[in-house]
Amino acid sequence: MTNVILPPYRGEQHLSQVRVIRSEWTKLRSLPSTIWCLLTTVVLVVGVGLAYTTLRVARPPADPTTFDAVSVSLAGVQLAQFAIGVLGMLFITGEYTTASIRVSLAAVPGRLPMLWGKAVAFGLTTVVVSVPAVLASFVAGQSILSAKDLDIGLGEPGVVRAVLGSALFLTAVGLLGLGLGALLRNTAGGISALFGLLFAPQLVLGLLPESVSDAAYRYLPTPAGAAVSSVHQDPLALGPWAGFALFCLYTAIVLGLAAWQLRRRDA
Amino acid sequence: MIEARELTKRYGDKLAVDGLTFTVSPATVTGFLGPNGAGKSTTMRMILGLDAPTSGSVLVNGKPYRAHTAPLREVGALLEARSIHPGRSAYNHLLALARTSGIHRSRVDEVIEAVGLSGVARRRAGKFSLGMGQRLGIATALLGDPRTVILDEPLNGLDTDGIRWVRALLQSLAAEGRTVFVSSHLMSEMALTAQHLIVIGKGRLIADTGVAEFVRAGSRSVVRVRTTHPDALAARLSGPDVEVSFDRDETLTVSGLTTDQIGMAAGAAGITLLELTAQQASLEEVFINLTRDAAEYRANTVGATS
Repeated sequence: MTNVILPPYRGEQHLSQVRVIRSEWTKLRSLPSTIWCLLTTVVLVVGVGLAYTTLRVARPPADPTTFDAVSVSLAGVQLAQFAIGVLGMLFITGEYTTASIRVSLAAVPGRLPMLWGKAVAFGLTTVVVSVPAVLASFVAGQSILSAKDLDIGLGEPGVVRAVLGSALFLTAVGLLGLGLGALLRNTAGGISALFGLLFAPQLVLGLLPESVSDAAYRYLPTPAGAAVSSVHQDPLALGPWAGFALFCLYTAIVLGLAAWQLRRRDA
Repeated sequence: MIEARELTKRYGDKLAVDGLTFTVSPATVTGFLGPNGAGKSTTMRMILGLDAPTSGSVLVNGKPYRAHTAPLREVGALLEARSIHPGRSAYNHLLALARTSGIHRSRVDEVIEAVGLSGVARRRAGKFSLGMGQRLGIATALLGDPRTVILDEPLNGLDTDGIRWVRALLQSLAAEGRTVFVSSHLMSEMALTAQHLIVIGKGRLIADTGVAEFVRAGSRSVVRVRTTHPDALAARLSGPDVEVSFDRDETLTVSGLTTDQIGMAAGAAGITLLELTAQQASLEEVFINLTRDAAEYRANTVGATS
């Protein structure tokens, strides 16, 4: 034990954004909690989707023309968004709680490449996990709905957009969680902020006069982001892509603030 | 090489680091010594760019740390033991770190082997003891084969074997020409580990000197005298540079005189001596005396300005 045999390292070593992304991917995949959170997300998307679809088939709608077969089969996304948001948050707050953030930032002293690395590694992982989940939920849901002739095919207008849009929405919520975690550096505070941002605006709006609330509703994060995942358009909401773009803008603002704070504040 | 110039850090109205100027040279082990809360960790975080100085600057190998494009090649640091997510294995922790700079996988195995963690490297780090955490921290510091090594309290939590191992490691790193900067709050640890000392108290520089010089300059030899007539002897010994204090029983502590001088004075006055012992201040005492002075100086200056 008294002899330390450590040969010199002669290999090339330099920081690069691509390498930092690989590093963040290594961090993400090496935590058991990541696997559990992703598994929970898939189970929520598919499981809740199936349960809700079964429920709706048991009580078929009076007017089938207002029935949104896509939204019904993807109902699980509404719950799964919290699992994925919390995972995005833990990806960075976990480093603050364990003080390993200092090890990370000492290795990436420019700091911002670490945040972008996390965003890319986490974003790609979420897309890869959520696309199959929403597709599975859609296909299974439609086969249940076909019993009452309520199903819809992928070829119908807006269906592919709504299904894949749901996966993109999940990814954006995950990145929002990551941004809030980076900004607040604290899991409890971050989760409160995430739930607050996704729920509270609708509650506050409900207290205002209808003329104001109807005009403002479309700009709230959840209605804006959810527009992409339904085929039938909510008359009060923005168009699917406009709404999703607005949700991405909110996420980008949070990540931008987090980046600014990351550069400015002591680690 | 680490060069700090007037480095200052203020948290609210508390001055954690106060105008520190020092240079840490290559090819030697430099001890960074100070009581808990003296500002050692803050200084180390500023060297690594983790905390921004309120004023002043610090360069590592000629540049601010942030300006280096191969940071792990320039500085390897251990800031806190067990700075690892408890769910992740030591291997993956080091691999993620290596990836940032494109360091090869085989290097991760090498450092794990070198610090003696091969048996546990693939297990979750949550169950690591403090000693294993320190070894992992040292592995982290050595990953990029750095020119400068910064270790904050690396001996904490290690057993005797571990302490001996870290000492040997530090000596060999310095012998290879690296800059080695190691903090501790225990003088006794540093006396055997470091060749050079930077001592701080309350965020201020107290000493920047070799270990031997530090002890020589700071120690004041005193003589313990036990006698049947302490009052009479004390009166005999008094002089301009002499300090006599009365301890319990019939014992005096005398500074400023040698045992020979005291023995002769007692003989001339016909006073019987029961004990006459020269006492060298220990390293720990030197350190405590010096840092206590710094604390009092600070208290006085605050009082004078308010």
